Amino acid sequence: MTERLLSVDNLKVSFATRDGDNQAVRGISFHIDKGETLGIVGESGSGKSVTARSIMSLISSPGRITDGSIQFRGQDCLTWSEKEWRKLRGNRISMIFQDPMTSLNPLKRIGQQLTEVLRRHRGLDRQQANNEAERLLREVGISDAKTRLRQYPHEFSGGMRQRVMIAMALSCQPDLLIADEPTTALDATIQAQILDLFKNLKQYSDTSIALITHDLGVVAQVCTRVIVMYGGLIMEEGRVEDIFYRPQHPYTKGLLGSLPQRGSGSRERLVPIEGTPPNLLAPPSGCPFAERCPQAFARCAEMPPIVETEKGHYSMCWLSHQAATADNHDLTSEGVEHNE
Amino acid sequence: MSDILVDVHNLKKHFVNSRNWRGQPTGVQRAVDGVHFQIRRGETFGLVGESGSGKSTIGRCLLRLYDYTEGQVTFDGQPLGALSEKALKPFRRRIQSIFQDPYSSLNPNLNVLELISEPMKIHGIADSSERKDTIAELLEKVGLNRDHLYRYPHEFSGGQRQRISIARALSVRPEFIVCDEPISALDVSVQAQVVNMLEDLQAEFGLTYLFIAHDLSMVRHISDRIGVMYGGRLVEVATSDELYENPQHPYTRALLSSILETDPAKVAERIRPDGFTIIRNDEHAAPLEEISPGHFVAFDYQ
Repeated sequence: MTERLLSVDNLKVSFATRDGDNQAVRGISFHIDKGETLGIVGESGSGKSVTARSIMSLISSPGRITDGSIQFRGQDCLTWSEKEWRKLRGNRISMIFQDPMTSLNPLKRIGQQLTEVLRRHRGLDRQQANNEAERLLREVGISDAKTRLRQYPHEFSGGMRQRVMIAMALSCQPDLLIADEPTTALDATIQAQILDLFKNLKQYSDTSIALITHDLGVVAQVCTRVIVMYGGLIMEEGRVEDIFYRPQHPYTKGLLGSLPQRGSGSRERLVPIEGTPPNLLAPPSGCPFAERCPQAFARCAEMPPIVETEKGHYSMCWLSHQAATADNHDLTSEGVEHNE
Repeated sequence: MSDILVDVHNLKKHFVNSRNWRGQPTGVQRAVDGVHFQIRRGETFGLVGESGSGKSTIGRCLLRLYDYTEGQVTFDGQPLGALSEKALKPFRRRIQSIFQDPYSSLNPNLNVLELISEPMKIHGIADSSERKDTIAELLEKVGLNRDHLYRYPHEFSGGQRQRISIARALSVRPEFIVCDEPISALDVSVQAQVVNMLEDLQAEFGLTYLFIAHDLSMVRHISDRIGVMYGGRLVEVATSDELYENPQHPYTRALLSSILETDPAKVAERIRPDGFTIIRNDEHAAPLEEISPGHFVAFDYQ
């Protein structure tokens, strides 16, 4: 059942700036299986959006992919030409952006924008495309689809526009949908509705989703597997239960701890992570989180290995390494995907 | 000295969108439409609601950045609505604000020292010789230090800029601070830092906060009492625990059901925000009725 759709191996992306190379992504490896919803969590500057853009081959100068490979259905996508990419983008891999206000063309009717995709990629004629567009709008919960198709983006609310974007992204039944902070700009009640849409998608189709967000609530409710990014590296990876119930990495623990607890004890003091994220112009040679980590020790000045703490649950931390080597008569593998 | 610091009485703010050829208003947006509430000295009053519900407009009315259409805001016994700009000046010192976007709310051409001394000069606080020391002290209170005095806003991260905004608001020793989404532009790990700091400063200086936000779990954490806005009106006011555990108005219920649990096993049952109709009387907002001590609900729905 688990068919590998996308695998990223040792991806490095950097942006040339006046002050030197900003190493946004510093060697990450992960994969997405068919039908799963992968959450990519991290703060601003952790490299999560750059990762998404690399998958879509949307990194343009001054940014460039300096190392690594991305394989989509077993084929190396980094060698594809722009022409080949155009066949795939919006067709096999599509993307939804954070801001539904700026990603639709304000001068074209919603119908025109939706049918454009259908006609280009699926070769439908005008009538078929119109019917299909209507069906898609209904599918994402927009009532009165026929009238809606004749309207312009400004006549839609934020949540409605995001639905249109989702309809557009799904119009070609892509294998992979990348959603970059799809609900961040929306109100709480609308966000909940959009996430329900994602859950339906997970249930009724075999489209894989990569959901990029900074909101742990979104991850807990929608994703099946999670990667936690920090300072351009993956700190922890695991199933959603692993991450929320048995977090291994101090950064993940810190993130979960800094959220207000629900229930009557909600006025208890928050436990923030002190300090600020590392400067990626000159990233630390060791663990990027060491400076803010309450449990840091001497060895953290070296780059920690990636340790598999339980099946499918990886943590890039010396503490996990110690724990694993302490009982190394167990079948714990270590450093499997460690680079450098 | 009364217990009530801010008293908002039947506040209305209508924006005129269009006028006919005679200049008479034809399209009116009732951003805030008959709102009553009171904020006690030393408490944090949270205001939640969706975008466009009028929560930020209320904040701006309290700061008198807007002149209101109708109603009155009384601060420490003094109605502010009709005061001239000159008479308002002492209140401008006592009421301060922190805004959402730490990138656009600081003048990029001024360094930290200039940024913070500007309001102090205007209100004549600390003479120039001791100002610098006062500011350095303030910076330490908000987790920055003396070395930051001559830096410019672009050299700081979002969280640090928000700290500068807070230091700037505190520099004139205010009593009441309107915090309009002060943490929503910040990263999760930094949000907790700023919230803790706001709480510490409140305890130290006896501040009163109006905390406007859409992050429902953080609002619950920081607020003593919370008001829920819907369509320019307050539909429910209660202490935070009471509101979250015993919501009455259907909109409040829908809003609270949309909080995402950070626990994959808990799936909250979603209450859709369209299962009710609001009976709207354009002249008078439905009065808030007290259903239990301190818990007020507007029965304007079906």
